[in-house]
Amino acid sequence: MSRLGPLFRSTRDAGRAAFIPYLTVGFPSLEATRELLEGLADAGADVIELGIPFSDPMADGPTIQWTSQVALDGGTRTDDVFRVLEDFRSRHHVPVVLFTYLNAPWARGMETFLAEASEAGADGLLLTDLPLGSDPALEALLESSPVDLVRLVAPTTPPGRAREIAGRSQGFVYYVSRTGVTGAAAALPPSLVDEIEGLKAAAAVPVAVGFGVSTPDQARILGAVADGVVVGSALMDALRRGGVEDAVLLARDLVGALSER
Amino acid sequence: MTTVVAGRFGPYGGQYVPETLMPALSELEEAWADARNDPAFADALQGLLRDYVGRPTPLYRARRLEAAANVAPVYLKREDLNHTGAHKINNTLGQVLLAKRMGKERIIAETGAGQHGVATATACALFDLECVVYMGAEDVERQALNVYRMEMLGATVRTVEAGTRTLKDATNEALRDWVTHVGRTHYVIGSVVGPHPFPVIVRDLQAVIGHETREQILEAEGRLPGTVIACVGGGSNAMGIFHAFVDDAEVALVGVEAAGEGLGSGRSAAPLSEGRPGVLHGSLSYLLQDADGQVAPAHSVSAGLDYPGVGPEHAHLKDLLRAKYVSVGDEAAKEAFRALPRLEGIIPALESAHAVAYLLAAGSAGDLPGPVVVCLSGRGDKDVVQVARMDRRAAGLDKNS
Repeated sequence: MSRLGPLFRSTRDAGRAAFIPYLTVGFPSLEATRELLEGLADAGADVIELGIPFSDPMADGPTIQWTSQVALDGGTRTDDVFRVLEDFRSRHHVPVVLFTYLNAPWARGMETFLAEASEAGADGLLLTDLPLGSDPALEALLESSPVDLVRLVAPTTPPGRAREIAGRSQGFVYYVSRTGVTGAAAALPPSLVDEIEGLKAAAAVPVAVGFGVSTPDQARILGAVADGVVVGSALMDALRRGGVEDAVLLARDLVGALSER
Repeated sequence: MTTVVAGRFGPYGGQYVPETLMPALSELEEAWADARNDPAFADALQGLLRDYVGRPTPLYRARRLEAAANVAPVYLKREDLNHTGAHKINNTLGQVLLAKRMGKERIIAETGAGQHGVATATACALFDLECVVYMGAEDVERQALNVYRMEMLGATVRTVEAGTRTLKDATNEALRDWVTHVGRTHYVIGSVVGPHPFPVIVRDLQAVIGHETREQILEAEGRLPGTVIACVGGGSNAMGIFHAFVDDAEVALVGVEAAGEGLGSGRSAAPLSEGRPGVLHGSLSYLLQDADGQVAPAHSVSAGLDYPGVGPEHAHLKDLLRAKYVSVGDEAAKEAFRALPRLEGIIPALESAHAVAYLLAAGSAGDLPGPVVVCLSGRGDKDVVQVARMDRRAAGLDKNS
């Protein structure tokens, strides 16, 4: 049983949305990743998305392309991700979802990867390029593992398929806020709140929203309707510009924004 | 043998893409099935291929090449004589016609050598569609001529600085554009790669190469070829010429990958020769990658072959042992690039020069059952400046040493 179910029950009971920061492991160094993880846990992160950098992140915008490239150029390996996670897990109960592209776990052998992930303390796995129905045998293997398979719904997903995805998503379902790649955006799509409400009505699992959420104001608006709000690129931009300290400051602001409702 | 079950060739292929693109792939699959069964679509495409592209292309018997390769007869399938100078136009006209039928307003493409970009820009000019072509910064430098050509044709060329600055990264960027503008945009992918149904669509559109070759060789020789040779980057000219012969077990199919500076050097572009299965750009196929699944940078003197992946149908043909995949390095390809003009008065593209180089090596070794057909996928005008520059550099180094 992953830690995701109890976590979302507790945030729901507290009447607020979960704050879900994303970070790329190894950006700009493994040391910075360890510090940032501590900082995020202290700031009140409810779930952490731990990005395993991939050489060809086709669903990501410029920020996460950059962080991934820097992490890989710095020599970050999948083994390092597990070590960082293990270390974090020895001190914290914050649920962690691994976020990557299929080829990274595939290359290790999916069963091996899942066993290692579970052992290191991962609660979920989110693969941007494994949509529902794309590989039934592999999806069945993932669904039966102790690590939750977190699936994504996009604005282009037809309603019937969105219901099916929500029904097959474990831990929570991730709603992609806009038709596009990851990255900070000035404005949220006007129809977004309605779309999240629609998905919530159809989903038995909690609904988290991400892609393009960057400011506390945006988080507040989305937190009023979604069960969780994911912030990635904006956090990585803060890390790039002002180091761990600035990234943690932004995280605190986001936690604050999600608490006022 | 190569029937597609749920978008797969054996275990290879599939649709490993962000959820955002899934509805677009279903829409495309339906539109293609519909277009394929519509005689009006076939007529329009055939008319264009005949009157605009100049098909059928000749199957030319290259007698001086035969003497040099020590095997006869040898025929060149002259895809270099197509409008825009390569086989790429067979695919782009078909896909742009399809996009028009689907009501798309905007076309995007990736390009390596620039041949697919030029062919896409050409089709878009003809059908008055907006066209954006993504090209790696390194390729923009080594294929400057094709950048000018695309711009003359009204396309916007976007230089991609990310990653290895070549075809792989241009493809990532084109996919990101498609994810962002998917409703009104069609992505004209340039090879038999990408998520289903692209490998099928591109193969079907390129199959004209093999169908013509089959008729022409029967006419000329009264029998099927003993060997068909084609270069393989993504593998569209190879799939195009192989397809008509896949069910004829007596025809040897040979795909020639780019070995770059040599297999095992870490500077090659030969995933079928030294890669292992992995997922890149939406499909499962052979891939150059490290133990963590990070895609390894490819290298070839030829920008069109400089790609760490390969079409999933080739992966399947390899596993079935129906096609044989070999590799040719930069130096041998450059030698063939210089030899063919002197032997036959034909300057081949550096990509196609890999196939010619294999013919020269294997012919002399007595490994090629005849008649031999080599797919001359493109002409080499685009490469002349690059090769001349490399020659000057080599000469300069020789003087200093």
